[in-house]
Amino acid sequence: MERWAGINHQNLNLLIGLAIGLNLLALSTSRLPMLIRSMSAQGVILGVMPILMEPHADWRVLLVALATIGGKGLFIPGMLRRAMRAVRIDRELEPLIGFVPSLLLGAGGTIAAFALTPLLPLLAEHADSLLVPGALATVITGLILLIGRTEAVAQVCGYIILDNGIYLFGLLLIRAMPLMVEAGVLLDLTVGVFILGIIVDRIQRTFDSLDTRILTTLHE
Amino acid sequence: MTSLLLILVPSIAAALAAAWPDSRTRPWFLPGAGVIHCVLAWWLFCAPPTVEAGSWLGFDPLARAVLPVVSLLFLVCACYGVTYLRIRSERPNRIFITALLAVLGLLSAGLQARHLGLLWIFTEAVTLAAVPLLHFNGTPRAFEATWKYLLVGGTGIALSLLGSLCLGYASLYGGGDGQLTFMALMAQGGGLSRPWVLIAWVLLLVGYGTKMGLAPMHTCKPDAYGEAPVMVGAMLAGGVTSVAFTAILRVRAVVGAAGAGGVADHTLLAIGLFSILVAALFLLGTRDFKRMLAYSSVEHMGILTLGAALGRAGVAAALFHVWSNSLTKGALFLSAGNIRRAAGSQTMDAVRGMSVLTPRSAAIFVTGIFAVTACPPFGPFFSELKVLRAALETGHWAITAMFLGCLLLAFFGLSRVAFGIVDGRPHPAAKAGGTRFVETAGVIVPPLVLLALSLWLGLFTPRMVTEAWAAAVTQLYPN
Amino acid sequence: MKLLLDLILRIDCWLLLAPLLPGIINKVKAWVAGRRGPPVLQLYYDLARLWKKGVVMSTLASPAFVILPALTWVALLSAAMLMPLGPLGAGLTFRGDALVLLYLLALGRFCTVWAAMETGSAFEGMGTVREVSYAVLAEAALIAAVLSLSVQSGSIALATMLGPPLGAGAVLLAAGLFIILLAENCRVPFDDPNTHLELAMIHEAMVLDHSGPPLAAILHGASMKLLLFAVLLVQAVLPIGQLQPLAAAAVLAAGVLGVTVAVGLVESLWARFAFRRVPLLLTTAFLLCLFALLVAWKGGPA
Repeated sequence: MERWAGINHQNLNLLIGLAIGLNLLALSTSRLPMLIRSMSAQGVILGVMPILMEPHADWRVLLVALATIGGKGLFIPGMLRRAMRAVRIDRELEPLIGFVPSLLLGAGGTIAAFALTPLLPLLAEHADSLLVPGALATVITGLILLIGRTEAVAQVCGYIILDNGIYLFGLLLIRAMPLMVEAGVLLDLTVGVFILGIIVDRIQRTFDSLDTRILTTLHE
Repeated sequence: MTSLLLILVPSIAAALAAAWPDSRTRPWFLPGAGVIHCVLAWWLFCAPPTVEAGSWLGFDPLARAVLPVVSLLFLVCACYGVTYLRIRSERPNRIFITALLAVLGLLSAGLQARHLGLLWIFTEAVTLAAVPLLHFNGTPRAFEATWKYLLVGGTGIALSLLGSLCLGYASLYGGGDGQLTFMALMAQGGGLSRPWVLIAWVLLLVGYGTKMGLAPMHTCKPDAYGEAPVMVGAMLAGGVTSVAFTAILRVRAVVGAAGAGGVADHTLLAIGLFSILVAALFLLGTRDFKRMLAYSSVEHMGILTLGAALGRAGVAAALFHVWSNSLTKGALFLSAGNIRRAAGSQTMDAVRGMSVLTPRSAAIFVTGIFAVTACPPFGPFFSELKVLRAALETGHWAITAMFLGCLLLAFFGLSRVAFGIVDGRPHPAAKAGGTRFVETAGVIVPPLVLLALSLWLGLFTPRMVTEAWAAAVTQLYPN
Repeated sequence: MKLLLDLILRIDCWLLLAPLLPGIINKVKAWVAGRRGPPVLQLYYDLARLWKKGVVMSTLASPAFVILPALTWVALLSAAMLMPLGPLGAGLTFRGDALVLLYLLALGRFCTVWAAMETGSAFEGMGTVREVSYAVLAEAALIAAVLSLSVQSGSIALATMLGPPLGAGAVLLAAGLFIILLAENCRVPFDDPNTHLELAMIHEAMVLDHSGPPLAAILHGASMKLLLFAVLLVQAVLPIGQLQPLAAAAVLAAGVLGVTVAVGLVESLWARFAFRRVPLLLTTAFLLCLFALLVAWKGGPA
């Protein structure tokens, strides 16, 4: 039992490391399909984690895992791909923050997250887990993508990566806090992106482009 | 049980409105639900129920101190909405009315939420429910405003969830048993882990501050208020911001119980003053009178935050200001909507001489501008006076001086735009426009009522209301 | 006496084995493309042929045009002498030889660049600009890699630095060093050694005006550099120092062969990157090495 927990712990850290790698991939890619793919891979990885953390999985944990894999890993990326095909979006991204600067920013954020984590008080069972630095790094990545990409679909990807980071942090509380909080995350996230998707569609019909830089009529 | 009806009645009305076949009679659902909601809210206000300490939802003193005014504001906006939707009968109104009623239900739920996670869910839901409201006009400008609102608002809401989780971890680290009601968190008090509480405070302040529209997270507010139908603007400025403000007050109480109240007050003070300053500067530059109202809202959110930083007296004054600001801002929005409709534009460059074209709305608008810039004897004058007194009593001289300076700048900015559009001769084009806007009772009475309420609140602040604010302060500062 | 013998054997080994690598790469590429391709020993024939030829010199060029390629070659050979070979150790070893290795590589590049500019041709000037601008980024990554090895072992002598195995950071370091290897040796996706399209050339543009023995020195030096990086990569990742000499030699040879085949596969399967995307890949290499450095520094699980 003890050993099983130890192996799981290492696997969990490995998965979080992979998720961080996907962060950097998402920051550095100049192709929209690649961005969506890395986001969806991250969703699947995140969905596997609760099962690893709770060996005696009850239905609530399984529900979270399934909803995450299905929602973040399959459904949302599928919708984004469909939107991308339907409106013939340019696959090359044009960034506001260049790829090299955003990659460096993301790496700096990741390093800072790892450096800051030891300063935070953590419960003994979380002390050598990468959950906290991984969550911080993912949140930072999401924010960089939100700010640094001009295209609506890419911004949606950034928002989902931001949410992934919050979900990673939420995993710390999966045992102690009611499932309600997590269900709320999934529900609202799905609805939110659904609405975002509709708006993306509308923007397209109105402007014939998904570049949010042309959304500059309203300013001071 | 009655407190649940506050949530259920608008929800059922929203469902019925969605199913109602006739779009000409559908708008009557708004005042119908509004009247029932208002009666319920004021009944609960007069006979407050006892709330169990561990309950997740309840009409507690803080909800009692804010909810009635939101309900009142909705009722007046709903009455205006019937006329407005008749004028705009070319737009489909099914989704609009459903979403507006849903917003009312979610606002009632958010104001009564006594659980950290529940509060977040309702705030998120309000954000999403407001999307179709902003989108009502269907113009490219409305799309742009909606997109910005979703992106900025969504990011804010995500950060507040992260903050909620951090607060949860603070409780877990301190040996908590997973109870996330504000009462339980406050009872845990010093047992909460201080670093996590501080992180949670920053994230929650940024997150709910975005919903409130505090600078520098206010960027989507002018666009959203500028492009939405006016009663939506009034509900956003008077209702949604109130929920976010009560959320900040509840979290502030937990942070205070954890022994970090001093830090929290300093950040509130800084962000409040910054908002007032930014709003005052932008008010001097804007030429669009609906966006001007948004900046004015940013300014007043700053005043609320400033009040919340000043201890018991300050919080009581801030709650007073929630009332006076909601009512006055509602009157301004609705009269501005009339002017906008009559003039066909909303910038100073294209609009002038409205005192000739729409004399009644222009009069209400100018009076409202004086009221909102804290001229006596309207509500905002007295509430801001109380904030000032609280600042002076706690010895914040420099802050008082800066606050007054910014108020003066805001007065210049607001009166500049207001008189710019009211004075002078009307544009020939606006005069000769095909269908003239008629100032019927349906569009004049609602803002007039709100203005009268603001005046009444300033001159004869009822004892019962003052007591409700005091009770809310006692809830937030138990010791 | 024994020391001298060891040194001579070592030099012979490096000199004779290095030209094999480009041959293997070309063979792999031919195999993937389904061709027979040039013989593995093609570079030896080329070198022999070039050695017999005379030197054509521009009227503008100074004697440095001939001397500098030789200097490059010497710098690279000295660098090779500093590189330890598993349990055999290095030809020369002292504290801080890792830094000398970096500087010798830089010196080699400097000499090539100077020689290229001797002709005064704008075309070669363009080649040098590209070469140097990539080198700046690649060197940052290489320094990060060497630092991570140094922090990991607590030493700045190559012989001890390459000794112990790295653990979890090894994957990061291997990926980073492989990208550096591709960049430093002007392979795809940074530069295409086979291209003779003016706009796309980098390294080839620099050595276009060389002929005869100097060109032979440049080509041979390039192959030695490739071998050097392959050996470095294999030793940084695999714990070769702890094996028996024979086993170590076998593992080292197999590792170098593996790296060479990998380079050939990359060249067959990838296209050259557009210029504006190259910095991104080099930044990735830098970050990989940086993370390896941090993992080594923290020593924790990662």
